[in-house]
Amino acid sequence: MKLLTHNMLTSHVKGVIKGYPLLIKATEVKVNEVEFNPQFVCRMIPKLEWCALVQAADQLGHRQDLPGELVPDYEKNEDFLKKVHRVLMEVEVLEGCLQCPESGREFPISKGIPNMLLNEDEV
Amino acid sequence: MATSSSRSCLQYLFHLAHDNLEFRLPEIRSLLALRSKSFHPSENFNEQSPFWCLGSLSEEDVRSVMARSVCAKSAFELWGHGRTHSELRTSLLNYPSEKMRPYMHKESTYKINIESFNKSLLLKDKIKKINALDYLPFEGTVCLTNPQHIFCLLEDYGTDCRNIPEHPNHIYFGRWIADGQRELICSFSVKKRHFIGNTSMNAGLSFIMANHAKVKENDLIFDPFVGTGSLLVACSHFGAYVCGTDIDYNIIHGKGLSSRKNQKWRGPDENIRANLRQYGTEKMYVDVMVSDASKPVWRNTALFDAIITDPPYGIRESTRKTGSHKNITKPPNGTYAESHVPVSQVYHLSDILSDLLNFSAHHLLMGGRLVYWLPVYKPEYCEERIPVHPCLRLISNCEQPLSSHTSRRLITMEKIKEPEELDNPAYVSDGLYQGHNTFRKKYFSARNKKSGKEEEQAQMLMENKIS
Repeated sequence: MKLLTHNMLTSHVKGVIKGYPLLIKATEVKVNEVEFNPQFVCRMIPKLEWCALVQAADQLGHRQDLPGELVPDYEKNEDFLKKVHRVLMEVEVLEGCLQCPESGREFPISKGIPNMLLNEDEV
Repeated sequence: MATSSSRSCLQYLFHLAHDNLEFRLPEIRSLLALRSKSFHPSENFNEQSPFWCLGSLSEEDVRSVMARSVCAKSAFELWGHGRTHSELRTSLLNYPSEKMRPYMHKESTYKINIESFNKSLLLKDKIKKINALDYLPFEGTVCLTNPQHIFCLLEDYGTDCRNIPEHPNHIYFGRWIADGQRELICSFSVKKRHFIGNTSMNAGLSFIMANHAKVKENDLIFDPFVGTGSLLVACSHFGAYVCGTDIDYNIIHGKGLSSRKNQKWRGPDENIRANLRQYGTEKMYVDVMVSDASKPVWRNTALFDAIITDPPYGIRESTRKTGSHKNITKPPNGTYAESHVPVSQVYHLSDILSDLLNFSAHHLLMGGRLVYWLPVYKPEYCEERIPVHPCLRLISNCEQPLSSHTSRRLITMEKIKEPEELDNPAYVSDGLYQGHNTFRKKYFSARNKKSGKEEEQAQMLMENKIS
């Protein structure tokens, strides 16, 4: 699971009000090299909840020097975009789980694929 | 029909493949829309014909369309046309010579091809027709192997294969600009793909869907019923980043029985990510997840440039969602075993469709498109039965017949306004999609009456064994 996806996911456990962001408890994380595409990163930045991204990168121990706040005029700042690219697209959680911050319900991640299915008594 | 003796602006001739007829116009329109251009056909435009003359375009527009279209075979700068060779000649002699000259000067090399639609021409007749164009001021040298410029004489013998005329109805002559992407139909064929399932979308239709959705580079595309990822493969080829979900754990993880004839189990390289790797687009892979489309897991904001999907109809895969009608009690210690597969209940097609439209209204970017297949029971179909939503405008509706009484329609909708409140006003009027397995029952109802052969053909069409 990439952090781009994690930034867009929320808990859908019945009755939960503050289900975002999901906490990440990772047991296996991998960093791949993915071709840097500044235009794509620029298009994704407006959709992101920046704090949740930084928090997630922190939880994985892969924050490095990602700024705590969105840098102004980021479209032209290639250095900054490369940092965002690494965190969004290159860091992957292979094993672990996502945890609802309110209910504590865990969603397992196996082979990089989250399983978001709720059980029949939770829907 | 007026001859083109005086033409104020350039026209381009598109030669379309005579296949998936209803899908062609929306595809070309969508690709023109990507260039912010409109569809401007000539006066006597006939959508059924394989030859379309379009104006108000630049050569770059034409090249861009051809770089994406799987419906169009080739495109030409139209120099002349007519109902007879005599009319063609008049038309060509009226084409401004300064527009011809750059392609005909002494140092240039060229060749002239000839194509006929609905009739095969003998080689000697082809040569005769090409030689009859000697009134054109070619000064360069003919080169058949690698000419700088290619010209084409195209003859249209109508669309009735049982009634082929002696002489063509219409003849065109133009300078070849580009071919379309029909070769993708073969190079991306599901037959050669690493990971397939019973319901993998065939390559041609996958690319058509991506075009109807106006997919472009650096888009983010989502498929909520992703299966084996055929639609993601097509979108990634056009430069979009892709993600998908499916309720079926095995399909997402690439486990279980193979869909190939001579193979029992799926191999380790059989999953969606591997498919993208096969075509060199792994860098466009964002994520796939096991998830129930009726219970979306996404933050409630616009996220996706397009949502492209083929929902289950209940024919070859069940329609289900998590949940149970029974009184569920949790196990005593409150946790399920790791291997627990959540109980599913029926997910009525009407709910699948209204959920899909509501989801799209909330999660598409403004102007983004939803493209999905709608199964249709023909005896009861009318246009009013297409699901509607106040935030989504219907762009196109293209039918693919499956059998004498069923078909599926490719529906394209565009987001035109933001949803106001959290309520979900999608409206699915058709009783066909409500109730348990209603479409499935109707699909199979005539099956017993007719010979099995026609139903088998419909089945095979869906399973891509006939392309």
